[in-house]
Amino acid sequence: MSEPDHTQSTSTGAGTDHNEIRKNTQLFNEQRYDAVAGVENYEDYRTQAREIKEDAIERLPDLIEQTRRAVEANGGSVYVAEDAADATRHIEGLLAEEDAESVVKSKSMTTEEIHLNDALEAADVDVWETDLGEFVIQVAKEEPSHIVGPSLHISREEITELFEAEFDPDERLDSAEKLTEFAREYLGERIEAADVGITGANFVLAESGSIALVTNEGNARKCASIPDTHIAVGGIEKIIPSIEELHPFGELLSRASTGQDITQYLSILTPPVETPAFDFDGADDPTMSEAGADRDFHLVLIDNGRTAMREDEDLRETLYCIRCGACANSCANFQSVGGHEFGGETYTGGIATGWEAGIEGLDVAGEFNDLCTGCSSCVNACPVKIDIPWINTVVRDRRNHDAEPDYGDVLVDGLVPDEEPSGTPLQKRFFGNFETVAKLGSATAPLSNAIAGTSLARKAMDRFVGVDARRDLPTFERTTLVEWARDRTEQVTNPERRVVLYPDVYTNYVQTERGKAAVRVLEALGCSVTVPSVGGSGRAPLSQGMLATARSKAEAAADTLGEYVEDGYDVVVVEPSDYAMFQREYEKLLDESAYHRLADGSYEIFEFVYGLLENGADAGALPGADGAGVAYHSHCQQRTLGVETYTEAVLADLGYDVVTSDAECCGMAGSFGYKSQYYDVSMDVGADLAAQFDPVADERTVVASGTSCIEQLDSLLRAETRHPIQLLDRN
Amino acid sequence: MNTGSVATFEQSLAKVDATSTTVDPEGFTDALEAAIETPAVGAPLPFDDVSLADTSVTVDPSRSALQAAACGVTGSPLGIAELGTVAIESTAGGDELVSLYPERHVAVVHASDIEPDLTAAFGWLSDQFAAGRQSFVMATGPSATGDMGALVQGVHGPSTEHVIIIEDNE
Repeated sequence: MSEPDHTQSTSTGAGTDHNEIRKNTQLFNEQRYDAVAGVENYEDYRTQAREIKEDAIERLPDLIEQTRRAVEANGGSVYVAEDAADATRHIEGLLAEEDAESVVKSKSMTTEEIHLNDALEAADVDVWETDLGEFVIQVAKEEPSHIVGPSLHISREEITELFEAEFDPDERLDSAEKLTEFAREYLGERIEAADVGITGANFVLAESGSIALVTNEGNARKCASIPDTHIAVGGIEKIIPSIEELHPFGELLSRASTGQDITQYLSILTPPVETPAFDFDGADDPTMSEAGADRDFHLVLIDNGRTAMREDEDLRETLYCIRCGACANSCANFQSVGGHEFGGETYTGGIATGWEAGIEGLDVAGEFNDLCTGCSSCVNACPVKIDIPWINTVVRDRRNHDAEPDYGDVLVDGLVPDEEPSGTPLQKRFFGNFETVAKLGSATAPLSNAIAGTSLARKAMDRFVGVDARRDLPTFERTTLVEWARDRTEQVTNPERRVVLYPDVYTNYVQTERGKAAVRVLEALGCSVTVPSVGGSGRAPLSQGMLATARSKAEAAADTLGEYVEDGYDVVVVEPSDYAMFQREYEKLLDESAYHRLADGSYEIFEFVYGLLENGADAGALPGADGAGVAYHSHCQQRTLGVETYTEAVLADLGYDVVTSDAECCGMAGSFGYKSQYYDVSMDVGADLAAQFDPVADERTVVASGTSCIEQLDSLLRAETRHPIQLLDRN
Repeated sequence: MNTGSVATFEQSLAKVDATSTTVDPEGFTDALEAAIETPAVGAPLPFDDVSLADTSVTVDPSRSALQAAACGVTGSPLGIAELGTVAIESTAGGDELVSLYPERHVAVVHASDIEPDLTAAFGWLSDQFAAGRQSFVMATGPSATGDMGALVQGVHGPSTEHVIIIEDNE
């Protein structure tokens, strides 16, 4: 089985590396927010960029040929390498033709992907990375930990130590300035001495045979202009039609990446360029016009699995990635563990799952894929609108199908009603079938709660399904929300609106009080409320990569709820992760009409309350707050959908003094924080939230919209956390 | 281009840690001499009204002059007001090396060549591409890195940048 041993916990939190990663990724992320906020039509650029990439990948074979014709017409060569070995062999051949003994490189993840440096060193070619981050990694003999900042896990002090040991300089290198000056001189000499410069290519323009390079340090400019031979290496997916299509990416890339409005240097080159080519090793000292520009240019396009990715409906959009790193920077788990853990052979962060699955295979992607919780924080961060959580879900599903069945499956197959093959890891099946667990737990409560709480049961759960023994287990209610509602008499005659409150698994079996509060609040605002018996949305199996199970749950839930929508009911949802299923994932799981029917007819509870109040419902029917303090933590998926503002607005309108959390993620993320191997990451991620809320928990009521957020806050804070709808309930 | 875009350009340059002076063509030589550090090398300016001919800047420098230069002077066919960006064309006159090698880069741009934003700049680029001029670097402020643990200006490229904006005679 490729499933990592869940007794091995993922390391986090301690040590310089992790502090550096958190500091740097959070800084990039904040700067991204600031930069994006300054651009009025940022969303339009995202839409355009997405369309350009969709079109370019669709027409890729033609664009490759067009690129070839253009580059050759300009006097360069083009080679499309089938795989890494083919690429390195070709580049070695180009170097041999030039009798090249030394090469300088600017930062290129694609050359990392094909392990070019190792191949060239084996062929006795000196290779120098000139991007300072890559240089640090090269000297440290490490792998990049981040697509954009390859060495961002290493502190200045560590670089000082590393460089002083490696280069034995005359003076101490004990500041960023001194280190930079040293590297500039050291690498400057090597750039002048180099026979060949190798760069990546952020974009390739098919029509003109141009490449675009996005850099800050100036090293790519030097690598492309000082040696008289320039080799550019890029994946075939880097091709866009022409200079016209480059514009939206110019607006997006540096903002999404480092929060800059534009990078220091956006080079758009159509090689071979006319820039004079000096021989820096030569004895004579010609002027520029005497030196002339006898230059060679070679474009090496890498396939290495991309054609297969293009033909794979779910992995295809990975090819739209422009390598900005925003999915890593916006990810709370990445901020905690960094790219050496949340990454594969080359690529890091959420999108790495798509790249590594396509390039290396499912086993490599599987080594880190579970660090994506599907929280969707990266969804709005991605400048080309890639559904990164979906790619992670699909890869997880494929891994489940790849796994070999073992003895445990024989037991589990008979117990759970899922649609998954034997071999799906037990931990995933346990969490994926939480609805079954909850149903059983509720039917046998309080006995089930008492037994589950015993130390023997906790040890067994830890060992067999990987539920961390340090977590409080949910307490199942004997009377479900559906049963409670069924036994009530109709409260509202002549209702303003007829509402179906969706009894999500947690609200129905565990946190029934928030469900009851929701019913009473809606009734107080003049709605009649029905709580029908509807099964889970499929969120739990989806998050475990159990797609077939998730789809069958989705179909059943959408059938029942969709009929209510057709009958004129509004569907109101308490749990944000289920609301997000209806709005986002159902588009992938259901046919179009079923998806739209439910998506258009369903509302997050506070979105709905806000709408009622805006349309004349009497706020006086709800208890006033009189300036009472509230500390509110919204749910990741609420924020992705932009509906968290309704909770803040309603609470403020009712007179609450609302403080919202700065930390975006609580760290629990559904089942993630329960898993033994991720308990430490989960608590580490939660530390930022605890640091803000614990000091104010005495004077403010802490509320959170998500079930798992509430459970995490309960373990992080001294005070108890509730759902905000409970503040609006007169009971 | 109106004076508003020059003012915006000046402000944007300041934001990206570049300095600027705005002069009319008659004031160019004095402004240039004040802005450069010596020894200075240059690429021929692609303009009719000003040139480096009667200045202390060495045009068509040798390799050793390039390596020894403290300052490089180039003429930019485009400025971007909103970003503080200047375009550097890859020419046989060596704009790329002159603007990249020395510690200080002085760019000369006409006020009439300042486009308001990146959208307009890409419109300009498309026109250039159509006309067969297809290699440009859009440079914004001095070169910089955060890779050594703090932001440092002056990495492989210049550590200071100055832009001389030439107001056109009415």
